[in-house]
Amino acid sequence: MPKDNGIGAAPKRREDLRFLTGKGRYTDDINIAGQAHAYFLRSDVAHGTINSIDTAAAAGMDGVVSILTAADFEAAGGIPCGWCVTDRHGQPMKEPKHPILAEGKVRHVGDPIAMIIADTLEQARDAAEAINVDITELPAVVDMSTALDAGATKVHDEFDDNLCYDWTFGSDDAAVEEAFSKAAHITTLELVNNRLVANPMEPRVAVGDYTSHNDESTLYTTSQNPHVIRLLMGAFVLGIPEHKLRVVAPDVGGGFGAKIYHYAEEAACTLAAKLCGRPVKWTSSRSEAFMSDAHGRDHITKMELALDADNNFIGIRTDTLANMGAYLSTFAPSIPTYLHGTLMAGNYKTPVVQVNVKSIFTTTVPVDAYRGAGRPEATFQLERIVDMAARELGVSPIDLRNQNFISKDMFPYATPVAVEYDTGDYHATLAKGADLADVAGFDARAAASAANGKLRGLGVAHFIEACGIAPSALVGQLGARAGLYESATVRVNATGGLVVMTGSHSHGQGHETTFPQVVAEMIGIDESMVEIVHGDTANTPMGMGTYGSRSLAVGGSAIVRATEKIINKAKKIAAHLMEAAEGDIELKDGTFSVAGTDKSIAWGDVALTAYVPHNYPLEDLEPGLEETAFYDPANFTYPAGAYICEVEVDPDTGKVDVLNFTAADDFGNVVNPMIVAGQVHGGIVQGIGQALLENCSYDENGQLLSASFMDYTMPRADDIPFMTVDHSCVTPCTHNPLGVKGCGEAGAIGSPPAVVNAVLDALHRGGHNVPHIDMPLTPSRVWSAMNG
Amino acid sequence: MSEIEMKVNGKSVKGDAEGRTLLSSFLREELRLTGTHVGCDTSQCGACVVHVDGVAVKSCTMLAADAAGADVTTIEGMANADGSLSVIQAAFQEHHGLQCGFCTPGMVMSAAALLKENPKPSEAEIRHYLEGNICRCTGYHNIVKSVLAASGQLDESGGAIAAE
Ligand code: FES
Ligand code: FES
Repeated sequence: MPKDNGIGAAPKRREDLRFLTGKGRYTDDINIAGQAHAYFLRSDVAHGTINSIDTAAAAGMDGVVSILTAADFEAAGGIPCGWCVTDRHGQPMKEPKHPILAEGKVRHVGDPIAMIIADTLEQARDAAEAINVDITELPAVVDMSTALDAGATKVHDEFDDNLCYDWTFGSDDAAVEEAFSKAAHITTLELVNNRLVANPMEPRVAVGDYTSHNDESTLYTTSQNPHVIRLLMGAFVLGIPEHKLRVVAPDVGGGFGAKIYHYAEEAACTLAAKLCGRPVKWTSSRSEAFMSDAHGRDHITKMELALDADNNFIGIRTDTLANMGAYLSTFAPSIPTYLHGTLMAGNYKTPVVQVNVKSIFTTTVPVDAYRGAGRPEATFQLERIVDMAARELGVSPIDLRNQNFISKDMFPYATPVAVEYDTGDYHATLAKGADLADVAGFDARAAASAANGKLRGLGVAHFIEACGIAPSALVGQLGARAGLYESATVRVNATGGLVVMTGSHSHGQGHETTFPQVVAEMIGIDESMVEIVHGDTANTPMGMGTYGSRSLAVGGSAIVRATEKIINKAKKIAAHLMEAAEGDIELKDGTFSVAGTDKSIAWGDVALTAYVPHNYPLEDLEPGLEETAFYDPANFTYPAGAYICEVEVDPDTGKVDVLNFTAADDFGNVVNPMIVAGQVHGGIVQGIGQALLENCSYDENGQLLSASFMDYTMPRADDIPFMTVDHSCVTPCTHNPLGVKGCGEAGAIGSPPAVVNAVLDALHRGGHNVPHIDMPLTPSRVWSAMNG
Repeated sequence: MSEIEMKVNGKSVKGDAEGRTLLSSFLREELRLTGTHVGCDTSQCGACVVHVDGVAVKSCTMLAADAAGADVTTIEGMANADGSLSVIQAAFQEHHGLQCGFCTPGMVMSAAALLKENPKPSEAEIRHYLEGNICRCTGYHNIVKSVLAASGQLDESGGAIAAE
């Protein structure tokens, strides 16, 4: 019988009631009396020197309140980067200034030049058209493969070249040479991991407000981590101490990474509100989002896999060029390095793994984390090359994986790329996936497709990721400029209800439903007694927000720790009330009892006593029942799973149809299976999008070709089949109190190689020996590969 | 600016609109009915779908002035008279057909229009009909399931669907 309360139950989501009735409160729904509207005039060229900005005519237009340019932000700092990568020579990365508004140069299409504030948005837009910007265009830097050539145009004049850093990680050169010299077979794969745009359906919005009576600034923003924005913007950009700055991220319409970062528009609206003495609101249009939200992926990679004569993996070497775009976004330098290199061992016991990455400045929008962030790029190359090796060697891709998997008796397992996996059973997840996907029956289905003139293919991938981000001491050594703990305050009210204030943030993940399940389970009360508060720095403890599948593993652990403190104190109160020893007090189903007696007292009575301490051990215990905990994880968590895709390719057109998709994941313990399944569905479809449809492209002049939903193809309902998702293979995480691993990114990590492997399998079965096609596998690319 | 009048969710309303004001802006800014969302500027995403005289319309593609005198229903008007969720809304909650909720108003309005036209749509018909509504969160799986459920085509255990 499934549970109907607590951990493992699947209660209906509470947040749905407001979202289904139009009562959600997203940032763009906020309108403050007297607000003005901001519009950003953005560069329409990729690269150029700004000679002059003439705002005189625009400033006099109807409704215009103010026009700000870089000169107005002279006292402000640049947008900071949160991570400093050290290169292979021990030198820090190059870190250019990222001004709020372009200073002297524009460096990508969409780089903001001027902020126009007017009574209405239309007036601000009209005024922007009257601004005369004189720019001398410079050559664009778009192609990473030539950006490091001698004499290449420089994106940042103060540096010698366009290299942000040259980084190496894992096994040393001698070990790699030795492994490859002993190889019986070497498989080589060159690929492009396509540039993507996260495109949460809610575009970004920022509303700045300033109240002079208390000198306080408030920013309402579409953010995944309001405390991080407050810290970065307050301390590094605007110089506002935290107690004078409040950041609110109310209902947020999806994030997927793109809403982690501190963006220029947030600082601009916050400062402008003070300068103009009016609230200032900016709402991104979708076209603007394409050229101002951080993009994702965009790697060019060459990977080699060495195998011995028995098909054991003995060495991996990979070289990647990673696009940083024009400026360093908040997490950008860490994505191709610590979130990519550390996962390059995958699920395999390969003894030698070396990862080399050159990160490069280009005249494009900054590139940063997008769902999975580095881990999809690692998984893609690894799971492609394993398939490729299997094909070259004439063995089954499933057998080759099983042969090389780290087996379940090898945990904890230290990889050659610095991380130590705590638990996993990859043979079990792959067997589960193969069973659910009916791999055994595939040949019959392929024959049926062939009879219909279609090529059917089956693709397997097995991923691992590191999430539950992250142990602060470890990431500090790796260059993170912040800790990555999470926080929770649990407040028990006088009549027994609880409010949990979390530093993590929900923008679709359902925390308001899931977190109460955890607390209710611990105390033995109904979930309806627990309310979750998040998204406002004024009423939540300092926390690092939601990304990297960390909310439950790190934020949930903080909630557990705070609730444990509550229970401990409540037991002391109960012991006093029942005149028993504290050690004899038991808590079950919301009732305290004295072991071995029939004495008991209800949860609510203890809570009341804490606030009405007439009969209370005041000499030993403070009144009240409210506790805070900060939880810093001991390690990352390592979810893993098998992703199996079945496609049909139309040989006449190259069109790919995804027929079946199966995911068998090990997420450790699961708190709400309904929400976990939903996360996996969404992730898989974003991965299918990357594999088949989505591509953010620039022309050689740095013009963004895919700047709307007309040119950037998002998966639609009719591109996708029903999926089979399973999370019954469980090896609990050993180092967090819930034994959970995280499920938010898995789908997007595991699915792209499964889809591509399936398409190539289909082509192979049709007699086309195509070793690789770069994503997205559009009909024209597939058709050309078959007929090329 | 001129004043226009229409019926929204059963009530007569008036508001100011320029000639260029879109119905989506009129609903959101003038009437402060912020349940209707705007997710794009190329009429691709469907977050803005409302019903105008019973027909599903992307409100970002219609001028407010053109809706003058019309009978408009938005997501705020979809619940039952007693405030409880309508069958479609309840199905979305029951089957986890929404995550961040941003596409949801448009999805619900489109689904309602579909079921009016075709009370028992097949899975393929649902997917085809919702092609103009983008959801970035759910992968559509549970949205399609919600619509099947709302049309009475799922049993208690979700049995009408082969795989889940
Ligand atoms: S806002 Fe109307 S279709 Fe996107
Ligand atoms: S639920 Fe977030 S876009 Fe659909």
